[in-house]
Amino acid sequence: MTTLTINGKTIEAPGGTILEVSQANGIRIPTLCNHPALAPKGACRLCLVEVKGSRVLQPACTFPISEGMEVQTESPKVRAARKFVLELLLSDHPKDCMTCEMCGNCELQDLIYEYGVKETPFVGDHHEYPLDDRDPFILRDMEKCIHCRRCIRACDEIQAVNAITMINRGFRSKVATSFDTRLQDSNCVFCGQCISVCPTGALTEKDSHGQGRVWQTTKVTTTCPYCGVGCNFDLNIRDGKVVKVTSNWNNPVNKGALCVKGRFGWQFLHSPDRLTIPLMKSSLWKEHKGTEGAPSRYEGFVEADWETALDAVAKGLLTAKSEDGPDAVGILASAKCTNEENYLIQKLARREIGTNNIDHCARL
Amino acid sequence: MSMDLLAHLQELDNLITREKPKGGALIPVLHQAQELYGYLPKELQDYIADGLGIPQSNVYGVVTFYAFFTTKPRGRHRVGLCLGTACYVRGNTKNLERLSRELGVNAGESTPDLRYSLEVCRCIGLCSKAPAIMIDKSVHSKVQPDQVAEILSRYE
Amino acid sequence: MTLKELERIRAKAQKELAVRGVEISPDSELKPPRPGEVRVVLRNCGQIDPERIEDYIAKDGYFALYKVLNMTPEQVIEEAKRSGLRGRGGAGFPPGQKWFFARQAVASRPAPADGTPPAYLICNGDEGDPGAFMDRAVLEGDPNSVLEGMAIAAYAMGATQGYIYVRAEYPVAVEHLQTAIPQARRLGLLGKNIFGKGFDFDVDIRIGAGAFVCGEETALIDSIEGRRGEPRPRPPFPAVSGLWGKPTSVNNVETLANIPQIFLNGADWFAGMGTEKSKGTKTFAIAGKVKNAGLIEVPMGITMREIIYDIGEGILNKKKFKAAQTGGPLGGCLPAKYLDTPIDFESLAAAGSLMGSGGLIVLDENDCMVDVARFFMDFTQDESCGKCPPCCLGTKRLLEILTRMTQAEGTAEDLQTIEYLTENISTTSLCALGQGSVNPVVTTMRHFRDEYESHVYKKFCPSGVCKGMFHYEILADVCNGCGVCRKKCPDKVIKGDKKVVHEIDLPNCIVCGDCYKACKFDAIAIRPGPTPKSRLPERR
Ligand SMILES: Cc1cc2nc3c(=O)[nH]c(=O)nc-3n(C[C@H](O)[C@H](O)[C@H](O)COP(=O)(O)O)c2cc1C
Ligand code: SF4
Ligand code: SF4
Ligand code: SF4
Ligand code: FES
Ligand code: FES
Repeated sequence: MTTLTINGKTIEAPGGTILEVSQANGIRIPTLCNHPALAPKGACRLCLVEVKGSRVLQPACTFPISEGMEVQTESPKVRAARKFVLELLLSDHPKDCMTCEMCGNCELQDLIYEYGVKETPFVGDHHEYPLDDRDPFILRDMEKCIHCRRCIRACDEIQAVNAITMINRGFRSKVATSFDTRLQDSNCVFCGQCISVCPTGALTEKDSHGQGRVWQTTKVTTTCPYCGVGCNFDLNIRDGKVVKVTSNWNNPVNKGALCVKGRFGWQFLHSPDRLTIPLMKSSLWKEHKGTEGAPSRYEGFVEADWETALDAVAKGLLTAKSEDGPDAVGILASAKCTNEENYLIQKLARREIGTNNIDHCARL
Repeated sequence: MSMDLLAHLQELDNLITREKPKGGALIPVLHQAQELYGYLPKELQDYIADGLGIPQSNVYGVVTFYAFFTTKPRGRHRVGLCLGTACYVRGNTKNLERLSRELGVNAGESTPDLRYSLEVCRCIGLCSKAPAIMIDKSVHSKVQPDQVAEILSRYE
Repeated sequence: MTLKELERIRAKAQKELAVRGVEISPDSELKPPRPGEVRVVLRNCGQIDPERIEDYIAKDGYFALYKVLNMTPEQVIEEAKRSGLRGRGGAGFPPGQKWFFARQAVASRPAPADGTPPAYLICNGDEGDPGAFMDRAVLEGDPNSVLEGMAIAAYAMGATQGYIYVRAEYPVAVEHLQTAIPQARRLGLLGKNIFGKGFDFDVDIRIGAGAFVCGEETALIDSIEGRRGEPRPRPPFPAVSGLWGKPTSVNNVETLANIPQIFLNGADWFAGMGTEKSKGTKTFAIAGKVKNAGLIEVPMGITMREIIYDIGEGILNKKKFKAAQTGGPLGGCLPAKYLDTPIDFESLAAAGSLMGSGGLIVLDENDCMVDVARFFMDFTQDESCGKCPPCCLGTKRLLEILTRMTQAEGTAEDLQTIEYLTENISTTSLCALGQGSVNPVVTTMRHFRDEYESHVYKKFCPSGVCKGMFHYEILADVCNGCGVCRKKCPDKVIKGDKKVVHEIDLPNCIVCGDCYKACKFDAIAIRPGPTPKSRLPERR
């Protein structure tokens, strides 16, 4: 156990950084480049604290605690330093909160608010980049980038894709792909992991723009239906409609990581083309019910009810089995089903029908 | 931009094979590849990335971080004018203006005929003989603006 | 290699060297020692052929390594500490201490099972400070002394692989190392089982690629690993987790070149030179407005006056001394009142500057301190890696303000903003580049505030540097009509007959300064106010 004092309070901790120990003891230290899912970087200088004996301020997110250490996290000196850093960041930032997609959900905005940085005392050059909307799904507004490199680390550490990196040096540096191309022309897989960690409006979900502020939407945690991995995420819902998918960092399955389908493939939910009632071939319906059936949008199909549809399937299967033997039937399960569903379907194949002709699309 | 990767492919492959097993091969490979091809266009960077098993983005990130690497073809002769402290206080900005006028290009550019490229560097270790200019690997010290044209003419 | 063999090579080489002699290239920065100099690091430079290891052995080369390998590493560390040697790369940290920490870290972890080295030693030859070239001189003139120093350091800390990082601008240094390393390997002075003592050590060269920040040790490590050289927060210090996560010691070229001498002559000999807290000698690269510029090596504690006036023979062209810039872009400008302060790590730091690598640039009355501050800020801003906002954006803002000031657009508020920026950048930046970047501004603001105020309030550059903020006037009571200025003027705007007071046609004067430089009688003065053409860009 290491004993140290933070803001005059004696604290015992097994180890870790000043930030970790502070958080565990209910002391909040502001951060920007830090993200719980990523390795600490110490770049943004927002988490600076006073460590007794050190000439300069030290970043809490990387500085390890040691025996007898005395830390101040809210001294006037520390607060002034953080305000200074925020003033600098603001001097190179479009003051566009009104229409910014991240308004109300932006870590920079929150800190500027908390530290009361109404105006920056610095005037000078700021980055001017056109809004980069050359790609599907991901909108890049690099004027809003604060160079925290969370996106780069996510792309590397979580996704292992390394599509993006820091290019150039100093003031000219920029988050970009090789030769600053479209993401499409890089090895980006559009998982959107970068968006999920970006603290500002620099990286956002293209299709969700203007669809709802964070306080206008509710989050519903759910399991992704696309495959059987069981990733969790949060549906962001406004007026009964899904407007965005965001990472849920707390679930143990995917720990916030998603793929392109889970994160961006949600528009179909509200598509008028979706089937909401079972359809049956007109002839089959007639065979079963003896009537014409209710016409559907699709030629040759009628709108059925579940009872009739399932009866028809069961009957078909039983006929096939009795006429040509159980091995005349084969079942192909879907990766979109859960493990439990897949278990049940193989039971159906093996026990009820009596065939081993059961396979799964993910195996092909 | 297109380039002929094939021109030195054998040497490039040997180079990659030789450096790869050592740790941190990227920068040595970039140095030598730039020596072979004169510059580091995308095709070449991507080939090196694949050869060394490094993401393409990282190669580009490294190339653009270091002033020594270039993604554009450079002139046959690299005119490096020092703007280190000693050369600055001993008036090398005047020589820069003169060079720039003689060559008709700004610092960081190459002449259209690719005979010269003009670069500004920070101290070439000749401070006691400032102001200094380095052309390719030879140095010219205590340069006065009026000597600039003559010095340039020595490099075909 | 055995001691006997080494002695045999030495005897033979000494005879040869005496007959052959060494020709010092006329291009050399290094002149024979001047009075007041004591050469330890530079002792062999110009005295031996750097491309012949035998020459180095003739000068007792590699005998220190032999001696060291008969000691325990702990004894070596102790001796290094006792010598009082402090790192010459800038921060002045004792190398013995660094090796001690690294050795502890090596001991605290299991030996690598994959055959990779347990620890690394890196020689920092990036020498990025403009105005400093001592490391180049040593690497070019005596590469083996650095290799021997590296081997000793490696033995002390427990490293088996060394890297020497040389900047790309030094092709000759690289060449000489490329000759020296295989020669040392051939004689068994690098490689496996050196002197039969079971100590393995080899060295690889890494060439920089033009980034000043890569001189910073954590950035240097990233660069060797093949990445962008962006400094990392410390702790963890490289001694604990450095190159490829292994304990690593980064030592400067000059530091390492001192090591063999310390072990040959003893720690007491070394500690006998210098001041209480700064022992030994230090090389200085004197340049700028000084008559006898060049590389010198003097005992610590010598005064700036001795360096500039005795060894450097005073200021060029009978001009007045204004300031000495020490420590490179992270150092400061010291005015005349510091001329008699003994130079060591402490006194320079107390004056707001730095020892740095030992660059010493002399500035005279025609150097504008606001412009000098702007110049350095331009440098650091250009070299900032961009990782942390205080340095990346802060130096940008400082540069913008200083640029405005040198273009007659500074305001009183700007003076306050400068102070606000410098105070905060120095305490909030991630690495010493950002933290130190403000020193040139802080020292010039402190010691030459009048010049800043003149730029801001009078829009006048009294040193005659900032375009559009002064003009020239020929003083009627001094001018004797010699006509030199008239002939020099590129635009022919100076009128006057021989032996008659000359006059500048101000509306047409472009304020190029050629007349001012040419006048031998100090008859041309710098006056406030622009001329209509003085704001035109120089390039026509
Ligand atoms: C921006 C920056 C540039 C540096 N450049 C150099 C350099 O060129 N050479 C050097 O030896 N040390 C340089 N240093 C200091 C190194 O970080 C390190 O302290 C030094 O190499 C340690 O060697 P020493 O203990 O022998 O002095 C630099 C530091 C900073 C912050
Ligand atoms: S979408 Fe995924 S792969 Fe593409 S840049 Fe973002 S994190 Fe990297
Ligand atoms: S794009 Fe976002 S996550 Fe990436 S560096 Fe910029 S602000 Fe940080
Ligand atoms: S202080 Fe400057 S050079 Fe150092 S890490 Fe920060 S931005 Fe990079
Ligand atoms: S959160 Fe610690 S430096 Fe950014
Ligand atoms: S400053 Fe130009 S050579 Fe050093």
